Amino acid sequence: MKKFLTLTLTAVLAVSALAGCSSKQKGGAVSTDGSTSMEEVIGVLGEAFQEKYSGMTFTYNPTGSGSGIQAVKEGRCDIGLSSRSLKKEEKEEGLTETVLANDGIAVIVNPENEVDDLDVETIAEIYTGEITNWSELGGNDAEIVVIGREAGSGTRDGFESITATEDACKYRQELTSTGDVITTVSQNPDAIGYASLAAVSDQVKALSVGGVSPSEETVKDGSYVIQRPFVLVTKDGEKLSDAAQKFFDFVTSAEAAPFISQAGAVPVK
Amino acid sequence: MKRQKAFENFIHGIFLILGLITVGCVLLITLYLVAAGIPAIRKIGLRDFLFNPRWASTASEPSYGILPFILTSVYGTAGAILVGVPIGFLTSVYLAKLAPAKIRTVVSGAVSLLAGIPSVVYGLVGMMVLVPGIRRLFHIPDGASLFAAIIVLAIMILPSIINVSITALEAVPKEYEDASLALGATPVETYFKVSVPAAKSGIAAAVVLGVGRAIGEAMAVMMVSGNAPNLPELFGSVRFLTTAVASEMSYSGGLQRQALFSIALVLFLFIMLINAALNFFLKRSKE
Repeated sequence: MKKFLTLTLTAVLAVSALAGCSSKQKGGAVSTDGSTSMEEVIGVLGEAFQEKYSGMTFTYNPTGSGSGIQAVKEGRCDIGLSSRSLKKEEKEEGLTETVLANDGIAVIVNPENEVDDLDVETIAEIYTGEITNWSELGGNDAEIVVIGREAGSGTRDGFESITATEDACKYRQELTSTGDVITTVSQNPDAIGYASLAAVSDQVKALSVGGVSPSEETVKDGSYVIQRPFVLVTKDGEKLSDAAQKFFDFVTSAEAAPFISQAGAVPVK
Repeated sequence: MKRQKAFENFIHGIFLILGLITVGCVLLITLYLVAAGIPAIRKIGLRDFLFNPRWASTASEPSYGILPFILTSVYGTAGAILVGVPIGFLTSVYLAKLAPAKIRTVVSGAVSLLAGIPSVVYGLVGMMVLVPGIRRLFHIPDGASLFAAIIVLAIMILPSIINVSITALEAVPKEYEDASLALGATPVETYFKVSVPAAKSGIAAAVVLGVGRAIGEAMAVMMVSGNAPNLPELFGSVRFLTTAVASEMSYSGGLQRQALFSIALVLFLFIMLINAALNFFLKRSKE
């Protein structure tokens, strides 16, 4: 029995030793941590960065905005990613934000729906269950089916904080991906949902909010109000590592703008 | 001679290790689930956790009651059994005893195919066809409901019920049936009054297997049940134990994540119970 124990242990050690070999440490590494909503943007930028500077490694840890901010503060990563602006107390703790891009959240309905425009207050009333029938908004006499995202989702967080409906939404369905929300809304003529503007397709109709229809331009000039910033979080007065500085300069340069657009967000530059 | 013995021992050892890997996995998962699931239950309190009907994990004053999930899982599974077992049981009697060879080949081929379809496909078809269909048929605002989940689950448990029941029915000695037929009973009388009672433990095992499959399914029900943490209603949006874990895991943190592990622990205990029942029936059917 002892012999076999030794044998297995040797095997395990051999395998782990092999695994250790595969990660190469050459040229420097950038670690980012934070918002899951920024996954697509940061993924595209990371790839472009690694293509430009060969030998650099780039990592992204999708933990959520709150955890990302915490990670920078504790020095566990180079750059934190947040899909909301920093709070006052976070800034007082010595953190700086650099807005990388803006992301619009589109309010979507079925193409058959006759309603085209709602204001933020009305949207909030729909989501909190004060308005329950489309006829109150000039649509068909049908119950409104409120679709949202699961607790913890960055899009839900963004939507609820802009419409001031935190903890008050009465969802009929809580779906776990943008795609599911769009499919469900496209299947049900009485549904309303929200999704990242970049993901909206012809299957659904994006409502204009307070008369402003969502588009790259209206998100950029701020007239479309249901939007949130994608923010890079760094520490005040602390020098980034060479690699991290290169990454920071690259993603905030005009050169990175097409990549950000490609990922569906609206670059600030 | 000695060398051969050593070689034999060596091979035995390797098999032992391979066997222990499985045992080790089960032990590891059990230990991990218990270790990860207990802290949140301690913090929340067992009674509050199990019997509080409100789940609001990210609210400013979070509430972690999983009663809606437990009830939904129980009702959903019961519903699936209620719909699936009669269909599956009668299909298996037909296939095992009555069906002509050709039909049997076609139907059992279809059943195997049904077993091989990934659950996400069931979910997708449910989402695109069943949910809008229910909405129109019953004139309700939204079709994503407990009812939709029950239908999907009932279809998903059919293959396990049919296959295990067929095996049990086929194991009934032919002499029993011959004796019954010789006494003047019709074939159908024979199947239902002789074969089925003789195979009842095996059929019970099939039902328990179906329960296990239904209660553990996550992906398909997540796509058709709406996922709002309400107390279960047949045409309401509901969340199961499995989907409660799956839907919030990716973005969770802190006590919310620990509570998700606690839900997994509760689910695990349910599955253990079902497994114990399954073993009981299988043992009885052997004796």
